[in-house]
Amino acid sequence: MKRAPKDTLESSRLLSRRTLVVGGVQLAISGGLLLRMRSMQLEQADQFRLLADENRINISLLPPARGLIFDRKGVLLAGNEQNYRIIMTREDAGDVEEVLERLAQLISLTPEDKAQALKEIGSRSAFVPVTIADRLSWEDIARVTINAPALPGITTEVGLSRYYPLGADLAHVVGYVGPVSDYDLSRIEDQDPLLQIPKFQIGKTGVENKLEQTLRGSAGTRHVEVNAYGRVMRELSRQEGTPGKDLQLTIDAGLQSYIEARLDGESAGAVVIDLERGDLRAVVSAPSFDPNLFVRGISVKNWTELNENIYRPLAAKAVQGSYPPGSTFKMITALAAIEDGVLDPEETIYCRGFTEVSGTRFHCWKPSGHGNVNLHDSLKYSCDCYYYEVGQRVGIEKISAMAKRFGLGVRHDLPLSAVAEGLAPDKAWKQEVRGEEWRIGDTVNASIGQGYVLASPLQLAIMAARLASGRNITPRLIHTIDGVEQPANSDQSLGVNENTLRQIRAAMDAVSNNQRGTAYAARIAQSEMRLAGKTGTSQVRRITAEERARGVTSNADLPWERRDHALFVCFAPVDAPRIAIAVVLEHGGGGSSAAAPIARDIALQALYDGTPPIEAYPSGVRDQVLEQQQRIEQRVPVGSVRFSDRA
Amino acid sequence: MSYLGYGVKSVPTGFRKLLYVNWAIVLLLVAITSAGFLQLYSVAGGSVDPWMMPQVKRFALGLTVMLVIGLVPIWFWRNIAALGYLVSLILLIAVELFGEVRMGAQRWIDLGFMLLQPSELAKITLVMFLAAYYDWLPLNKRSHPLWVAIPAAVVLVPTALVLKQPDLGTALLLAMGGGTIIFLAGVHWAYFATLISAGVGLVVAVFKTRGTSFQLLQDYQYRRIDTFLDPANDPLGAGYHITQAKIALGSGGVFGRGYMQGTQSRLNFLPEKHTDFIFTTLAEEFGFVGASTLLLLYVTLIGFCIVTALQTKDRFSSLLVLGIAMTFFLYFAVNMAMVMGLAPVVGVPLPLVSYGGSAMMVLMVGFGLIQSASIHRPR
Repeated sequence: MKRAPKDTLESSRLLSRRTLVVGGVQLAISGGLLLRMRSMQLEQADQFRLLADENRINISLLPPARGLIFDRKGVLLAGNEQNYRIIMTREDAGDVEEVLERLAQLISLTPEDKAQALKEIGSRSAFVPVTIADRLSWEDIARVTINAPALPGITTEVGLSRYYPLGADLAHVVGYVGPVSDYDLSRIEDQDPLLQIPKFQIGKTGVENKLEQTLRGSAGTRHVEVNAYGRVMRELSRQEGTPGKDLQLTIDAGLQSYIEARLDGESAGAVVIDLERGDLRAVVSAPSFDPNLFVRGISVKNWTELNENIYRPLAAKAVQGSYPPGSTFKMITALAAIEDGVLDPEETIYCRGFTEVSGTRFHCWKPSGHGNVNLHDSLKYSCDCYYYEVGQRVGIEKISAMAKRFGLGVRHDLPLSAVAEGLAPDKAWKQEVRGEEWRIGDTVNASIGQGYVLASPLQLAIMAARLASGRNITPRLIHTIDGVEQPANSDQSLGVNENTLRQIRAAMDAVSNNQRGTAYAARIAQSEMRLAGKTGTSQVRRITAEERARGVTSNADLPWERRDHALFVCFAPVDAPRIAIAVVLEHGGGGSSAAAPIARDIALQALYDGTPPIEAYPSGVRDQVLEQQQRIEQRVPVGSVRFSDRA
Repeated sequence: MSYLGYGVKSVPTGFRKLLYVNWAIVLLLVAITSAGFLQLYSVAGGSVDPWMMPQVKRFALGLTVMLVIGLVPIWFWRNIAALGYLVSLILLIAVELFGEVRMGAQRWIDLGFMLLQPSELAKITLVMFLAAYYDWLPLNKRSHPLWVAIPAAVVLVPTALVLKQPDLGTALLLAMGGGTIIFLAGVHWAYFATLISAGVGLVVAVFKTRGTSFQLLQDYQYRRIDTFLDPANDPLGAGYHITQAKIALGSGGVFGRGYMQGTQSRLNFLPEKHTDFIFTTLAEEFGFVGASTLLLLYVTLIGFCIVTALQTKDRFSSLLVLGIAMTFFLYFAVNMAMVMGLAPVVGVPLPLVSYGGSAMMVLMVGFGLIQSASIHRPR
C-alpha cells in the first residue's frame, strides 16, 4: 500500500501544525498551573502557613498556683494540696472492664463510679485520658503504682487543689473556692481565659472571692501539636504562668479558733479589733461549716443539713448579722446628748421603773426603778428611764449622727461577703423606707438601742474601739499582699470631747469592775488587765401587758427563737486599751450572764496571746474555767483533717 | 504510513534496538517516579512501608514492560489496535455486569490473581485504535461526516460506559484524549467549534436538570462540583479535602517546610495524601521550588514526546505518541488543577508519583508504545 509523497507531505505538515496547536495549549495550561502555584506559594504563603498552624497547634492553659492565705503570725489558712488522680486511656488499656475490675480491688470504686467511668471512656476517643478516681490518698496511689504492670492504660496524675487546714474555724472569713459556674461567668467582667478551663476553681465567698484577682495569678500557656484527630503529638513550647500572690490576714488564727470553740453550742458572732491599727484579730461566726466540703463539691445531704440548721451555720453573723444593739447603744445616746449640750454628766434623772411618753408606758428593765441616777450610774446599772429622757432631749437626728460617727449604720469596707450596713435610723429614713412619720416613741426605743436600730457584731466592736481610743478606728483585714504591708487608716481623731469619753469609759469600767455593775460577775481579776464593757439584752419580741402581769419574763421559759439576744461590748485593758471586743449571742439570754463571760474569756485570750493564767479569773469561777480550757485545748476544728491523711 | 513503506534498512534490528531507546524519556520517567518514591517515604512517616517499596517494585516491572513493548515493532501494535479496542469494550461491558463495587464505583474485575480496571486499559487501546484508524483512512475523507462519526462513536462508547461506573475522571481523560487525536488527524475546525458550543450547552444542561428526575449526573458528582465552586461552603465535609490540600500547598512557600516536615501531611490533615493529593505533600515540603521543578519535568517529558512524534514519519506513530502524551498531560494537569482548587475533585492520580498500580502500568505501557515508535522510526 503505497501513497503519493504529496499526500504524505501534506499530511505531515497538517500534523505538525495541529501538533503545535495542541502543544501550545498544553504549554499554556502548564503555564497557568505554574502561575497558580506561584500565587499560592509565594503570594499567599503566609496566609496558608497561618491556617496550617491553626490546624496543628492547640493552645492549652496552665493554671497558676493559687496564692496562699496566712494569718498574722504566718499560720496557713488556705493552701494548695496535691491532689492525686487516676487516669485511664482506652487505647492503652485493652480490655477496659477487666482493668477497671482489677483497679477496684486496689482502691474503693463503687459500681456507680465504674459505670460512670465506662460511660465516659466509651464516649471519648481511644487516646483521650479519662479521670477514673479523684482525690485519692497517697496510699491508694502507691498501691496503684506498684501494680502498674497489671493495669495497662492506667496512669496517676497530680494536680493542685485548695485546702483549708483549719476547716470550719475560718470558713466565714477566708471563704472557699469552687468550680466556675455559668452564673459566675455571666457576672465576672474580666474574661480571663483561665475561667474556661473545666473545673477551674475561683473564690466563691469571703476573702477568696473578694481578692480573687490577687490570689488567682495569671495563666501559663502550653502549645502542643495535634494531628487531624486531635491527638497530641508533642509539646512545642511551654510558658509557666505567674502564681497568685500570697496574702496575710490580720486574723490571729489561734484566737479565732479559741473563740470558735468558746462559742460552741451558741448561734453567735464575735469580733476582736486591735486598737493600734484597727486590725481585725478575730471575726467569728458560730456555728461554722467545713469549707473543704465545698471545694470537693458538697453533697446534697451535707448541703441540706447546713441549709436547714436553725443556727444557720452558713451565715457570717459577725459581719452579716444585724441585731438591735440594746443597752450597748446607750453610750451613743449619752454622747449625743452631752456633745449637744443638753445633758450634764453629773445631772441626775429620776427612774421610777417606767416612763410615760404621750400615753404609752416605757418600762425600765428593773420594775422597781433605779431612783436618782447620773450618767455614771445609768451605764453601771444600765438604767433605761435615764435614756428615755436623754433621748427625747437630744432627738433622733443627733443620736443617728453620733451612731454613724462610731461606725454604726455605716457599711465598712472589708473584703468579706455580705458586710451588713446595719441601721442608725433618722426621720428621713423612716419617711423614705416605711413611709411614716417619725414618732417620739421611736426615739424613746432607739435611745436604748431597740426599735429600728440595728448593728452587726463588727460594728459594735468598732464602736467599742472608737470609744476606747477616741480615734476613728477603721477595720483592716488584709495585713500584707505578697509581703507588702497594706495601709491602715485608724490614726485620725474622732473629734469627740476627750473628757466626755473619759467619763463614758469610767462608767464602762464600773459596769465590769464595780460590785454593782451589770457585768461584775464577768470581770477580770487582775487590775492591770481589767476590761471595761457594756452589757446589752435586746428583745426580739414585744412583752405583752399580760405576760408582764403574769411575770413570765424569764428567758429560760421561752422557746429558743423568742429569747432575747445577749450582747456585750468591751475594751481592755482599761488603763491602756489594746483591744476592743463585741459578742452577740442570738437568743442567748442576758448580756451580763451569757455574753459578758464569753467576752471576758476572749479578752484574756487575746491579751495574753494564748491561755491566760488562772489568776486572771475571779476565784469563784476558776474551777469552771480550768475545765473549760481543758475542753477547748482538746478540740479539733471541724474539717481540719487532711484528706490525704485519711486512710 | 507503515514502516514497510520506507524500507527496512533504516530501522534498527535485534539488540541494536537497545541503543535506539529514547533514553532521555527513560531518564525523565525515573526522575519523576523518584520524586514519587521520596514523597511516599515521607508520608509514611519516614518508612519504605507501606507505600514506597511496592511502588519501586511496580516501577521496575513497569520499566521492563516498557522496554519489552518498545522492542516490539510498531506495526505489530498497529495491527492489534482494533483487537485491543474491542477487548477493552467487552471488558467495560463485563465490568458493568459482573464488576466489583469498590468505594461506590463499579470499576474492577476480579481475575482471581489481580484486580483489572478495564477503564485504564481503555485509555491506551482507544488512543491506539484511533491512531490506526487515521493511519488507514485516506486523507481526503477525514472531514467527511460519516468518517467523523465513526471515530466519535469510538470515543463516546467507552466514555459513556466509564461515566456510568461512575468515574468522571477517567471519562474526562478518555473523551479529551480521543478528541485530541481526532483534532490532530486534521478533521475540520468546524467540528470542534460545534463540539465546544455543544459542550457549553451540556454544562448548562447539567446544572439546569439538577434536582429533576432526569438529572444528568449523580448527586455525589453534583456535590463535588459544589465543593469545587465553593470549598468553604462545607469545610468539614466534602470541602475539607480541597481546603486542606490548598493549605498544605500554600504553606509550603518558596522553599517548603523541609523534607518530612510538612505538618499537613504528617499530622493527617491531608486526605489521600499518598494517592490523589500527593502533589500537595511535595509542594508543602519542597515549596514552590520543588513543585515547579516537578511541573517542569512533566512539561519536558511532554516536549520530548512531541519531538518524538514529529520525528516519526508514519501517521500511526505520530498520532499514537501524541495521544499518549496528551493522556499523560491530562493526568498531571487535571490532578494539579484539582489539588490547587482549579478543577473539581474528580479522582485523577498524579502520573507516576501517586501510589497505585493500575495507572502506573497503563502509563508504562503507553511509554513502551512511544519507545516502540521511537526505536522503529526510519532514520
